[in-house]
Amino acid sequence: MSRARSTAIAALRSAAPVLAVLFALAVSSLVLLLIGESPVGTFAAMLRYASRLDSIVSILNRAIPLFLAGLAVAAGFRMGLFNIGVEGQYRISALVAAYLGAIVTLPTGVHLVFVALVGAVVGGLWAGVAALLKVYRGVHEVISTIMLNFIATGLAAYLLAEHFREPAVPGDLQIKTAALPASAMMPSLNWLLEGLGLELRRGTHLQGFLLVAVLIGAAFWFLVARTRFGYDLRASGTNPLAAQASGVDQGRMILKVMFLSGALAGLVGVSQLVGFFGRYTIDFPVGLGFAGIAVALLGRNTAVGTALAALLFGFLDRSAQILDLEDVPKEITTIVQGVIILAVVIAGEIARRAARTQEAVAVSQEVAGEPEAAAAGGGRA
Amino acid sequence: MTGVTDQEPGATPAIELRGIGKRFPGVVANDDVNLAILPGEVHAIVGENGAGKSTLMKILYGMQRPDEGEIRVAGEPVAFRSPKDAIAAGIGMVHQHFMLAGNLTVLENVVLGAEPRRFGALDWSEARWRLDAMARAHDTPLDPDRTVDSLSVGEKQRVEILKVLYRGARVLILDEPTGVLVPQEVDALFATLRELKAQGVTIAFISHKLHEVLAIADRVTVMRAGRTVTTVDAGSVTTGELAELMVGSELPSPSTRTTHVTDVPELEVAGLGARGEGDRWLVEGIDLSVRRGEIAGVAGVEGNGQAELVELLLGLRHADAGTIRLGGEDVTAWPTRRRREAGMGYVPEDRHARGLLLSAPLWENVMLGRQGAEPFAHRGILRPKAARERTREVIERFDVRTPGEHVAAHALSGGNQQKLIMGREILGLPKLLIAAHPTRGVDVGAQAAIWEEIRNARDAGLAVLLISADLDEIIGLSDRLHVMFRGRLVAELDPDEVTPEVLGSYMTGARGQVGAA
Repeated sequence: MSRARSTAIAALRSAAPVLAVLFALAVSSLVLLLIGESPVGTFAAMLRYASRLDSIVSILNRAIPLFLAGLAVAAGFRMGLFNIGVEGQYRISALVAAYLGAIVTLPTGVHLVFVALVGAVVGGLWAGVAALLKVYRGVHEVISTIMLNFIATGLAAYLLAEHFREPAVPGDLQIKTAALPASAMMPSLNWLLEGLGLELRRGTHLQGFLLVAVLIGAAFWFLVARTRFGYDLRASGTNPLAAQASGVDQGRMILKVMFLSGALAGLVGVSQLVGFFGRYTIDFPVGLGFAGIAVALLGRNTAVGTALAALLFGFLDRSAQILDLEDVPKEITTIVQGVIILAVVIAGEIARRAARTQEAVAVSQEVAGEPEAAAAGGGRA
Repeated sequence: MTGVTDQEPGATPAIELRGIGKRFPGVVANDDVNLAILPGEVHAIVGENGAGKSTLMKILYGMQRPDEGEIRVAGEPVAFRSPKDAIAAGIGMVHQHFMLAGNLTVLENVVLGAEPRRFGALDWSEARWRLDAMARAHDTPLDPDRTVDSLSVGEKQRVEILKVLYRGARVLILDEPTGVLVPQEVDALFATLRELKAQGVTIAFISHKLHEVLAIADRVTVMRAGRTVTTVDAGSVTTGELAELMVGSELPSPSTRTTHVTDVPELEVAGLGARGEGDRWLVEGIDLSVRRGEIAGVAGVEGNGQAELVELLLGLRHADAGTIRLGGEDVTAWPTRRRREAGMGYVPEDRHARGLLLSAPLWENVMLGRQGAEPFAHRGILRPKAARERTREVIERFDVRTPGEHVAAHALSGGNQQKLIMGREILGLPKLLIAAHPTRGVDVGAQAAIWEEIRNARDAGLAVLLISADLDEIIGLSDRLHVMFRGRLVAELDPDEVTPEVLGSYMTGARGQVGAA
């Protein structure tokens, strides 16, 4: 196949998310018109607000956990496993990591790594429960991970209230774990921005976990695209029977991949813990796991795509804040997100079919053209 | 030859095809096909794999549209856009692979999609009455309330037939109906077909099993390389004459076997067995050895344990008894990966189900089965460059028709996919190649190429275990020939001496019954 042609087919495949975003913009414009707002004015206000430096920092900060949650979901998706339980996995692991991180004393850096490892392992084990149920009892992972979400939420609330709670200071009614010492916190990247000559408003921090997330993204790509494990994972997602015949033990693969997915989910909680909150409270962010499903879908389960999707969702979350001031209901951004998710599934299928047809046509054309080409070559000789 | 009736009798054919042509990218599946099926006859269509039988039937059933030619039903020209149109014209098809919902009852399956309604609700009593009347009329006793899962293969097939009749079919197309049946079930099927025929139902029967064709058909149309060769009276030909018509002038010459068989056993299987549900032995007491430079054939009607045997050898199924040795080492407890990397090549019977990652590029498919081994991986890290190089080599040497190694596997034709798998396995330099039905569903050209490659690999010292239900293939290629029947190897025959008739009688259990083992 000519290079131009394969490039065209590749472009067709990755066009789907872009189309989905455009479609979502069109739908939200329609909604805005219906409620009597100007779509152009609204989107312009959002863009203007989002391009401020502190907004850009905020978008990056918001994208970190979304990206990690997206990778967690994508790891499963690539094998055809639907880990709907990222939500519960990151919450339970954030709690345990916050508790254990606060009671040990370790040197700076090592302490941070300890907290991250605890978070990853707890997330992996929690997801591993669903994997065990699937491998040994045939329970579908969608069911078990959803159920484990409820259990995680209840268990976390119980553990926090009854066992992991910091002894209350009189007058402080908030239920929370003890604060992590500074040795376990991730330094911010403000020095980097300042080095670039950018001045941040006081209280604004670019979270250091951004670098970790970038490294994890690169590792994810390498693992999936360049290792035998990644090949086994993709092969199992494409055709489990063929993968099995090629020597992939499906049961062990499910256990490994679910652990990996859960470990990434655990890091979602860790990123919030060591990058911002410093402790687990009842205000700890919720919903990141579910957002991760959307991010993975939009990002087509690749590292780069997931990063872009996470940035887009971060942008929508941040820019929504200006809408209240503009007297536009900020729920419009939720509509955009929802429509994107629906549209990306549909557009993805359309693009997949189109690419497939293109490919089949390309093959038959070039194969049919072959004898003629050979004959022409023979004629010249 | 006697009894050739190219001249059609006077009656208006129930179905007539004139000059049908159908092309797929790279393949002419049907070319100038002419066929007349008379009302109330059993008309067999025979031909080798890839001769175009299935395409023709799909055209007749509206699943594919012909590029040229004309279809007439009872003299009227028709153009089917979908199977719905064909059903409306009274044509029904019984597929080779059943399309039944296992958790529903016989009755529910039969009416599914054509439910009688009364006041908008399903009219079960009407459905039951009609099914009952039909079953009695055709002498096909079946409890309408049993779930399909609990039926035997033969009974499931009967449900398929009832389903078609229920929709008012007067012409029945049966695609390779005996492939999955045991001999008694074949007899029962033929009895049902004779009954239907007596009631005026027209039957088109596709097969490549010549003795069965002659047992049931009134007339036989032979297809070769996408064309109809001739139509003959079943009573006036022998299986040998039919075989000659099927392959054309050149009968598969008993290939001059210069023996390359060594006495080094590569695969040694002793007492191998596996139980299925309910502790029934699916495969039992298999003793088998394959030496270097030898093709050992296992012949058998499908469903007699061959698939389970392959799974046992590959480690996809747990062995409940016996041992497997590969190159002298006991591999019985090894997982699949270790066996594959120790040199077990595998050409699966269903390339889409087990052989390919259809949406992945060819070069990724060429790694499949050796993704963890040199040269495709080093310490767990993939080496795509090596895989792409190997893929180009496979494409070149095995004549895979593709513009390049980056194309997704689904874009290739079946024959080219199979050549890719063949090339991948052989260039992977296995010690043992397990080839299950290696030429099923490929065109004639690819079939010859694949046979040639298996012979060459054998001559180069490879041990090959060939599993096939195609008598010509298994007799023509094997150096040693086992027959599998009901989970056991019931006979070992000399492929130089055995005739398809004798082999067939062993395969159906008429000879060499269990007890000899």
